[in-house]
Amino acid sequence: MTPHKFDVVVVGTGPGGYVSAIRCAQLGFSVAAIEDDRPGGVCLNWGCIPTKALLRNAEIVNLFQRAEEFGIAVKEWQADYTQAIQRSRRVADRMAKGVEFLFRKNKVTLFPGTGSLKGLSAVEVRSPSGVATLEGTAIILATGSEPKSLPGVSIDEKTVISSNGAVRNEGKPRSLIVIGAGAVGMEFADVYGAYGVEVVVLEALPRILPLEDEEVSAQITRIFSRRGMTIRTGVKVKSVSAGGEGIEVEVDVPGKSERLRAEQVLMAVGRAARTRGLGLERLGVALERGFVKVSPTMETSVKGIYAIGDMAGNQLLAHKAMAEGVVAAEAIAGRAPRPVDYANVPSCTYCRPQVASIGLTEAGAKANGREVTIGKFPFTANGKAVAMGETEGFLKVVADKSTGELLGVHIVGPEATELIHEFAVGRTLEATLEEIIHTIHAHPTLSEASLEATLAALGQAIHI
Amino acid sequence: MITKVLMPKLSEAMETGKVIKWLKKEGDPVKGGDVIAEIETDKANVEIEAFGSGALRKIIVDAGGQVPVGELIAIIADPADDISAVSAAPQKPAAPAAAPAAPAPAAPGAASTAAPPLPAMETYQSTPATSRVVPMTPSIAPAAAPATRRVKASPLAKKIAAQGGVDLRLVQGSGPGGRIVRRDVEAALSAPRPAPAAAPAPAAAVAAPRPAFVVPPRPGAEFEDMALSPMRAAIAKQMPLSKAPVPHFYVTSEIAMDRAWELRSELNALEGQPRVSVTDMVIKACALALLKNPGVNASFRSDPQGAAIRVHHRAHIGIAVALEQGLITPVLRDVDVKPLSQIAAEWRDLAERARAQKLRVQELSGATFSISNLGMFDVDEFSAIINPPEGAILAVGAVVEKPVVQDGEIRVGRRMKVTLSCDHRVMDGATGARFLQDLKRLLEEPLRLLL
Repeated sequence: MTPHKFDVVVVGTGPGGYVSAIRCAQLGFSVAAIEDDRPGGVCLNWGCIPTKALLRNAEIVNLFQRAEEFGIAVKEWQADYTQAIQRSRRVADRMAKGVEFLFRKNKVTLFPGTGSLKGLSAVEVRSPSGVATLEGTAIILATGSEPKSLPGVSIDEKTVISSNGAVRNEGKPRSLIVIGAGAVGMEFADVYGAYGVEVVVLEALPRILPLEDEEVSAQITRIFSRRGMTIRTGVKVKSVSAGGEGIEVEVDVPGKSERLRAEQVLMAVGRAARTRGLGLERLGVALERGFVKVSPTMETSVKGIYAIGDMAGNQLLAHKAMAEGVVAAEAIAGRAPRPVDYANVPSCTYCRPQVASIGLTEAGAKANGREVTIGKFPFTANGKAVAMGETEGFLKVVADKSTGELLGVHIVGPEATELIHEFAVGRTLEATLEEIIHTIHAHPTLSEASLEATLAALGQAIHI
Repeated sequence: MITKVLMPKLSEAMETGKVIKWLKKEGDPVKGGDVIAEIETDKANVEIEAFGSGALRKIIVDAGGQVPVGELIAIIADPADDISAVSAAPQKPAAPAAAPAAPAPAAPGAASTAAPPLPAMETYQSTPATSRVVPMTPSIAPAAAPATRRVKASPLAKKIAAQGGVDLRLVQGSGPGGRIVRRDVEAALSAPRPAPAAAPAPAAAVAAPRPAFVVPPRPGAEFEDMALSPMRAAIAKQMPLSKAPVPHFYVTSEIAMDRAWELRSELNALEGQPRVSVTDMVIKACALALLKNPGVNASFRSDPQGAAIRVHHRAHIGIAVALEQGLITPVLRDVDVKPLSQIAAEWRDLAERARAQKLRVQELSGATFSISNLGMFDVDEFSAIINPPEGAILAVGAVVEKPVVQDGEIRVGRRMKVTLSCDHRVMDGATGARFLQDLKRLLEEPLRLLL
């Protein structure tokens, strides 16, 4: 069989893969994209997008619960979890179709199947309908990541589930133990909690959302606990086994060991690069701590082969993957792209209230030897938040004391994941506290909290 | 302004000098850098240059006269200046009483530890009330030098620069469109501060005449002696070995840079290409002009068996980089065969490593020609000292916008002045002039640089 010839072959069509494929096409290359699941990858199908649909449901359920607060009498209402899942599937389908549409529009040829490297410029695609070989002058690997488990615990997606199972399961358990309190764990804890599931969150580290600022972790712990959720930190899971009607988790807490029972366990301890079966070893593509090692322009140790997204390490975030996809495409086109600035990637958790951050935490800045000034503003003092009835949380600015450099910003609160971008732009342009305070913020908006926290960092806050 | 021309001390051993010939007559106009006389010392015949501007008002020691080092031999002044006080003044004036705090003018002999070119001049302000001495060692006040132009810099970069005392006008931006960002300022802070070391430009920045004022007693030491850094010691040793024995002459030309400027903008708009600077284009143009004028790419060999002129067949070009403690001249090799983009990339790397003091020894020697560019300090024109054994050095001034006459009309044009310092033992005026003609043509028709 004669190989299909392309300028660029992209393996994987998650947010990294599809963006790089489209950018390559825009730059005038002929592009093939290989996908073993559905276009859009984990993000659109099983991750970011369907969970956002579920979290929206959780938010609406919560509003119904609070209807009286707004003077709305609702005699009878029901929240059907099955329909919530079905809605999230429709949302995911629509987004995946969007990727297919963009591929057609940009003349990217989609090859369904599993790709593996067969040489420096050859990729084999295996699918139930046969085997094809694609030749590409450049190859972009974007196979993403998959959920990790704990040693000795296998994920069956029935009693021990991962996020992959959680977004598909139309049924919900009566009780759930979430292992791992990162973004994935906290988002599912929120969704299941809103639908009445009894949720226990276990975290081995001393606090939930361990990468966020300490005050953020403390605030979310308070809010979730107030809702009746059990959050236990500094807890090490020893074993997970079938027990009785559900599952039994044995944990070590200081001084003793304890057994916890629930109908299901959600494993949210992190994700690992999907590199197996890709043929990396044969070509000598170097790995580093399980991730593919790449240059600032996303090229692997083998010339002409690029890797982007989760498999290339750093933050496992869709938006980071998209940025890397553009860098790889432009590098292949011989442009000198600006490398991704990994210190300036926003991090978002879409639980209620939302959490968003960029840059250094207060502790991280101090550990870096920076003398900092802190500005904090609670949403209870923000008119728009009060009008919305969403006053939980705060906006915290960490800045360099002498220059006013925006070292980091940490938000807990309504639309935190939207608010963070003012500071993302600010940091990209190397704005300081002064440029933020001299920017007029519309009233009333949640964004006024950004202004006030910045003013507070200079000791000039008006509304607190 | 009145400038006293003194018998220069051209070597440690020199005690007296003889005026062989005056190259200017009394009343002739002179400007800084003009060669005004030939002096005979125990070792060689040397030309001396004017450090002040005006007219050669009075010749005090006629041709053939022999006087001790430091003796007044002539006076340069504006035609309107009254020079009677100076011509009658003692030869080594004490600091004027009106300005007791001003540093006493060093006698020429004592100046041997200061700047390389031994200045034979003392400059007086013509205001009779003060007749204040300005330091005779030519120096540039960096704070006053660069004219105002818009600096593209991030707010954070501006603040760090302000706190660290970095002049952003001297910082090269690495952000989008050349914007100066934090890392550029931090690099400038960690690198030695650029100092305009190779600048034998006349210190003409004298304030307008103002009435005498009494300086109150000032605390603190009046002066301090600083140990020479190894680099400064080397410059102090090396430069007189050039300026004194090598008979310099100077050829200046003005080059229309409008097209080069446009070409540079176009090149820099190309993505994926290294940014090209005016310096890069001058380097390339020099290499091409050197190939055409091998007489300039040559050096004088004094050998016991007989002197020779060595003509180089490759263009290895040294480019002076100002550092806080002096200057250094990394060498870009085989420039004649390298494309402009390669020169831009290599020169940027060399300059960065020079500032970081991370150059390898072999990158500092072997030049066949040198360039010194003070354009970034807004210097219009200056002359540089030849770096022996090279036969010539090109001093490059700033590209400035000025009115020019073109087709009988006055327009705004970009012009750059370059001055070639030549070793007269190796070449003659016409040789240098032809080189400059070729250089001018290359830069005025800059597509030739890309061929």
